[in-house]
Formats: sequence, structure tokens, C-alpha cells
Amino acid sequence: MNRTDYNVQPPYLYPEYKSTVLRSPAKPLMIVKEHLKDLSLPAFGESAIGKFDNDLTKNARKNQDPIGERIKVSGKVMDEDGRPLRNVLVEIWQANSAGRYIHKEEIHDAPLDPNFLGAGRMLTDNDGRYSFYTIKPGAYPWGNHYNAWRPNHIHFSVLGHQIGHRLVTQMYFPGDPLFEFDPIFQSVPVHARELLIAKFRMDWTEPEFALAYEFNIVLRGKCQTPFE
Amino acid sequence: MDDNKLQQTPSQTIGPFFAYSLTAQQYGYNFNSIVNGSLIIDSAEGEQIFITGNIFDGEGNAIHDAMIELWQADANGNYQNQFKTDGFKGFGRLGTGTEEDKSFTFKTIKPGSINNQAPHINVILFMRGSLHVLYTRIYFNDELNDHDPILVSVEPQRRDTLIAKRTEKEGKIFYHFDIHMQGEKETVFFDI
Repeated sequence: MNRTDYNVQPPYLYPEYKSTVLRSPAKPLMIVKEHLKDLSLPAFGESAIGKFDNDLTKNARKNQDPIGERIKVSGKVMDEDGRPLRNVLVEIWQANSAGRYIHKEEIHDAPLDPNFLGAGRMLTDNDGRYSFYTIKPGAYPWGNHYNAWRPNHIHFSVLGHQIGHRLVTQMYFPGDPLFEFDPIFQSVPVHARELLIAKFRMDWTEPEFALAYEFNIVLRGKCQTPFE
Repeated sequence: MDDNKLQQTPSQTIGPFFAYSLTAQQYGYNFNSIVNGSLIIDSAEGEQIFITGNIFDGEGNAIHDAMIELWQADANGNYQNQFKTDGFKGFGRLGTGTEEDKSFTFKTIKPGSINNQAPHINVILFMRGSLHVLYTRIYFNDELNDHDPILVSVEPQRRDTLIAKRTEKEGKIFYHFDIHMQGEKETVFFDI
């Protein structure tokens, strides 16, 4: 298993994102021996996944389609050598098209959509692929600083084959004007930020149905050589 | 840097609003959960225990929007690599936002020892305000921990942060394990 690459990863403490100040380890992490890192994580079976779990436009539908711009978000989960990772659990959550999360503590004054929850999950197929239908999330204000707004984003939780394959991240949309003002996005080194931005894919777009975005996910790969 | 390698996807915070997707049933949202706070179904072999504790920030306040995952071997020291829905599952997940005191309580069995390591449970931790996944381990204060290869490599004065304390209450066995993000009792986290 390769180490966390701090060339592309954010630091633990990023004071502009204020909540990191009291919640990031102050002492250095302890490096553990190689053989302990390759511990397998559990594999989930298809039976765990419901029929509409990967269609957020349907999985909370009550009497009509959710309001907003229908999109398809698809991609591939790979290791650092580009090998597809099959049977990886991908879970997502997001705000609705008005920028409102359904979470009970959420107080942003924007409407809930009775036909939209904003949660989904699926397992990657044999080629490491996943695909969700959803509604494009709205921008969302938060309390980090005066007039703070999160860019449109979808949260991803990825549970791969080994303990080092555990990733939680956020996918952003191309050209968002809020990127330069968002400390969570900015916590990532500048040259690596594009890795979090989905690509618009006209060729994957479904005519008269849904625009398509591609978001590939690269997990730390298993070490190829014993000499690292 | 090796040019043939793809770049890792950067990590981002789990944020405060994960519950309706990742721990939906625990929080009462209308979406089922495929993992929860029980690592076993009642019939699993082994000594039934509860793992309970809090996660504290740098000012000692209990954190109410963290998510903790546990992954452990069964009573014989074997990991159940295919996730089951009966017997021993070995994997669990809870948020810290549903109890008044912001505690978590997992139901499981005491794991067996594996590869000459002392019995332990792997902990995977996320929270608002953490930009990364964090890893630590739970050991048990009534086991022989002196020869565990991980524990002996931890500075002696910090080893206690990895050891859960046994208590019994109303016939049930609890192991208390608090996580401190910072301060004198800062938990040892691993760079895996």
C-alpha cells in the first residue's frame, strides 16, 4: 500500500477552515509497519443494495419528480496504477437543488423538496464503474466566516478492498465561481484541486433527459515492488 | 513522483450532514442502512461486549457530528471478509449525534488475537473539521498487550490512549474507549 500522498492531499490543520483548529491531531501520526496496512475491508454483496439506491431522482419520490436539473454522475474507481477496483461501496449525499440539506440540524432558509432525500449508494461493477442519477445540488451558505458559501458539491464515501482504501471526499462542478472563496476546496494543494472537479461529458449526456458528468476516483494502490 | 501513477483523489471533510446517507436508520431518516452499531447478530460465537465512549475536541467538548467505523476479527482471530447479514459481521458504523451525551455504543464480541498481535479493533474515524480519514485501534485492558508489535512501538506514556477499560453493568460487559483529538490525552492515530 502506498502512503498518503501529501503532494495532493490537504493538511490535517487548515486554519482557514475553522473547525480543523480543535479537531485535527496536534501530534504527528504514527507510521505503522507495512504488513498491517494491507488489511482487507469487508466486501459487500449486491443484496445489500436496493433497486433505486443509485437513483436519487426516484429513491425518495412521493408524488412527483424532485425539482431541479437532472444529471448523471458516473466514473471509475481505480488504484494508482489505473487498475479498476470492482465491488467498491460508493455512498453519496448532497443538498437539494435549492441548496438545502435534509439533515435535521440544517437551518438554511431554503425549501426542502418532499420528493428528494439526497442519499444514494452502489457497488462498482467489474470495470470499477459506478453511475448515479441525481439532481444538481445548489450552493449552500455556512458559518465558517462572514458570507461563506460552499460551491455546488456532492459528498462521496468510498470503501474499497483494504483499510487504506477508505476515502471520504467531495465532487465539485466545473467552473464554479465559489472555488476561490471556499476554504474546504482550497485546503487541497493548488495543482491537485482539479482532481476534485467532475468533467462535463457531452458524449455521455442523455438527449432530452440528463446532462452527464464524469468523476473518477483514485485510491491508494497496493505497492508493486517490495523495495519502496 | 512516478509519472506512470495516477494521482490519488484528495480527501475532503465528511462535513456535518452525512447522517441521512451513511447512518440513516440510526438517525431516523427514511433510508435503510447496510451497516450499523451492531457488529454481530446475537448468535455470534464469543464473549458479547459493548464498546462505548466519546470523541473530544481540543477543548474537551464531546463531538456530536463524527462518524466512527469499527472493523475487527471474530472470536477466533479471523476477519469475515464477505460482509454477512447474520452471525458475525465484524464491521460497524455509528454517528455521534443521536445520544444526549454524544456517545457511541457498539455491540460486538471480543476479537481473538491474530498474527501474534493482541486482540484489537480497528477504528476508522471521520468528522466535520477533519479533512482526512483517521485510523486508530482499540486494545483491551484485560488482555496481554505487552508484546503487541503496534503497542510496543508507541511511546509508553501514550499507550493508554489505545486501551479500552472494562466495566460491568447490569450483567453486561462494557469497554470504555474515548478518543481525544488533541491535548494531553491525544489519541495515537496511525499513518496507514
